[in-house]
Amino acid sequence: MKKKAVVVGNGMVGYKFCEKLVAKGGKEQFDIIVFGEEPRPAYDRVHLSAYFGEKTIEELTMAPLEWYAENQIQLHLSDPVTNIDREKKTINTHQGVSVNYDYLILATGSAPFVPPIPGVEKDGVFVYRTIEDLDMMKSHAAKSKIGAVIGGGLLGLEAAKALLDLGIKDTHVIEFAPRLMPRQIDQAGSDILKSKLSTLGIKIHCNKNTQEIDGGDTIEKMVFADGEILKVDMLVISAGIKPRDELAKIAGLEVGSRGGILVNNKLQTSDESIFAIGECALHEHMIYGLVAPGYEMADIVASEIVGNATKEFTGFDMSTKLKLIGVDVASFGNVFAEEPDCQTIIYENKTKGVYKRINISNDNKYLLGGILVGDAEQYNMLLQTVNNKLPIPADPEDLILGSRGGESSGESGVMSLPDDALICSCEAITKGQICHEVMENGNDTVDALKKSTKACTGCGGCTPMVKDLIQSILKTQGKVVRNILCEHFEYTRQELLSLVKIKALKTYDDVLEDLGCGDGCETCKPAVSSILASLWNENVLEKGRLTAQDSNDRFLANIQRGGTYSVVPRIPGGEITPEKLIVIGEVAQKYGLYTKITGGQRIDLFGAHVGDLPAIWKLLIEAGFESGQAYGKSLRTVKSCVGTTWCRFGVQDAVSFAIEVENRYKGLRSPHKLKSAVSGCIRECAEAQSKDFGIIATEKGWNLYVCGNGGSKPRHAELLATDVSSEMCLKLIDRFLMFYIKTAEPLQRTAPWLDKMEGGLAYLKSVVLDDALGLNAQFEADMDSLVDTYKCEWKEAVETPEIRKRFVHFVNAPEEKDPTVKFETLREQIKAEDWNAVLK
Amino acid sequence: MIHLYELYRAMMKPKNNMNNTETLTSWILACKVEDIPENGGACVLLEGEQVAIYNFKKRGEWYATQNLCPHKQQMALSRGMIGSTGDEPKVACPFHKKTFSLKSGACLSGDDYEIKTYAVKVEDNQVFVAF
Repeated sequence: MKKKAVVVGNGMVGYKFCEKLVAKGGKEQFDIIVFGEEPRPAYDRVHLSAYFGEKTIEELTMAPLEWYAENQIQLHLSDPVTNIDREKKTINTHQGVSVNYDYLILATGSAPFVPPIPGVEKDGVFVYRTIEDLDMMKSHAAKSKIGAVIGGGLLGLEAAKALLDLGIKDTHVIEFAPRLMPRQIDQAGSDILKSKLSTLGIKIHCNKNTQEIDGGDTIEKMVFADGEILKVDMLVISAGIKPRDELAKIAGLEVGSRGGILVNNKLQTSDESIFAIGECALHEHMIYGLVAPGYEMADIVASEIVGNATKEFTGFDMSTKLKLIGVDVASFGNVFAEEPDCQTIIYENKTKGVYKRINISNDNKYLLGGILVGDAEQYNMLLQTVNNKLPIPADPEDLILGSRGGESSGESGVMSLPDDALICSCEAITKGQICHEVMENGNDTVDALKKSTKACTGCGGCTPMVKDLIQSILKTQGKVVRNILCEHFEYTRQELLSLVKIKALKTYDDVLEDLGCGDGCETCKPAVSSILASLWNENVLEKGRLTAQDSNDRFLANIQRGGTYSVVPRIPGGEITPEKLIVIGEVAQKYGLYTKITGGQRIDLFGAHVGDLPAIWKLLIEAGFESGQAYGKSLRTVKSCVGTTWCRFGVQDAVSFAIEVENRYKGLRSPHKLKSAVSGCIRECAEAQSKDFGIIATEKGWNLYVCGNGGSKPRHAELLATDVSSEMCLKLIDRFLMFYIKTAEPLQRTAPWLDKMEGGLAYLKSVVLDDALGLNAQFEADMDSLVDTYKCEWKEAVETPEIRKRFVHFVNAPEEKDPTVKFETLREQIKAEDWNAVLK
Repeated sequence: MIHLYELYRAMMKPKNNMNNTETLTSWILACKVEDIPENGGACVLLEGEQVAIYNFKKRGEWYATQNLCPHKQQMALSRGMIGSTGDEPKVACPFHKKTFSLKSGACLSGDDYEIKTYAVKVEDNQVFVAF
């Protein structure tokens, strides 16, 4: 007969214990029975605030109910365990279930600590721990304007983000201590974090002691010890955690004087058949409030009870890296070591909001620990340097500032780490394990490693390092030294572009025949098509090039949910006459299209059937519009502010220049999309610094910025040249764009292109400004030739019957539209049917 | 005695429809050769169903599959790019680039989806689908 392992608590750590137990073959030895107090299976509490933003409960759930069933785990939800009979080895639950156990694992977690402030019971005062808490906050937030959080620690700041996400623009954080995140960072780091958070609209009050929560039934204001008063509509208390040890207390297990179930190095409580893991466990006077040590505990107990104990719990590195409301904060090793016990190096840049501190051993040999605020890119490497006692550069400041000038000092980077260096601390995966997976088992992508080792599946913080490691291992094997296109082309994009040019190849089929092998695929077809367009600028739909285009290019429109397309006419600089606006309106009316202003200052028309596209474009072209290439990896828009034509602050005519720039580069195909903007003065209303190339007016001319972008990884553009004339500005852009087009990887935008460029911005400047490669005249000539050969693709498509006839849904019934296309109505316009609803 | 009609059926049985040779299929005229772009696909309406036909000129082969991508239930496969992985001919859905074998209909990008495939033949510039 199988033994019984009973788990009390189904939070992240309780779940992880089940996962580890199953992975270690525990379900053959044990009946696994789990009791959870909450109504739903374990979910990711670390990313709880994402519940108000991008993620659904399903996405936050650690594993669906089916997973428990598949692994024969009995899961009782909404049923807290109420007492333990240690003599009979039995537990009883609130709903009257009674189960005996051989091993009992307490993973009861913690509860928010609520300080005894008068008035905490009022409506509008919340804690922040469960989905139910969030739901209650959500409904209250709808009628709230001002919100506050008590607690400036990690969880408090997360809660503040939740308030922002709930639309509370006026959010305050109240911290009793003199600084934010007192356990992780020092005063200077806190100051930088504070000023950074203030720019995001969060008001921080440190050294503030809340004395009373005032109001009727509902909170109205907070009264502080210094006599100040803050009017608030809602308050979240996040002043720390207290371990859930009440069940252990009832059962007579030993608990700490300030809470927490006492455990030894095996995580055993004072009863050897009962273990405690996660935030409820008190180990060597420490409560571990992070998920990684909780997972480690789960792993140790799972090994222990299947009879395969290999290690003990001897404390845990509390180094952390987080993104708090978009600001990186990291601390590692011995954070607060101070002189004279060590030497401290500090870098602070208040304008950029960056603070870095490292503590170095007095003999200048080892890194002891440190703090990063605002920019934590070096975190992984610094942590490894501490944990593995790696040698540090002669000039230790290089660790945080990078090597400036001179040769870089010998081998650095991931490959210098020892094999037992811990890469993924959530899942305890070492460098050695990853190397083994990559070299022996061929798991050489992050996705493959996620499946085989679970690395990167916890907090995800190790992903960049794992990527670097894969690249480096493959490099040592001589495998992927070159980034070849795909299995059909043994060339990098740059090599292929040169070859196609030298051999004057004009179609995808010719390129494949001459330089490739096999039949091509969805990776090389668009990449080669882009190269051909960048080189020759011939119509993308002619000479068999049609089917080598990515689908959006093939139909010169963006495919949208439901299979209809969107239509975006070019509106250079965002300037449009009333007459043209009327035409857009009439076209949209005639074809029943949804209309929306885009972020690039033009108008997008959605819901066009593929068969209607030529007729729609015919009308637009007759009114003087051209294709906006919104479907292509090509120049999108050049956004502008009104500049001197209207604005009282403008110093140059931004609109005219934006139109000139857009008309020069329209139709230019490139490795990825290109966006641009022109601002008429330093106020930067056109947001030029978030563009691939952005131009800002000065008294004397223009400043040119390059390699910025918005999107998921926003990047500020870098200043390339100052006070240049319009003519010079265009020349520089010509050179910059051609250099990018000729050397970037497929689908690599300008910012990552610059990141990968050896020598970085300084090198780019030497090429574009100082003609270090001697290619600038060529770049300018190439661009001139592309500008001269520009033709509107849609005009050609409408006027060429051979091209136009391909715009049908059914080739054997050209008049018929796709009958599966369905629209719903939303705010008096159409919208595509929700495809998730269709799937259900 | 064998009926002429059955003899015709037996002769015309699709070649790569190995696992259900017992099913009677008939060839339906779908379109003309020039309706399908070379090395790409297009959609035809056959007895109320949407079928994607591909003219894989590079390999000198024709394929047909359902037009519906099972991932998000979109009528889109005919607009996808075709190509190969190793020797396996495939189509990539334009929506999220899920790829499917044109021979077996199996999903090649790691999901559990499968699509229907149909035999195709070309005679006198006309394209027929075994339906």
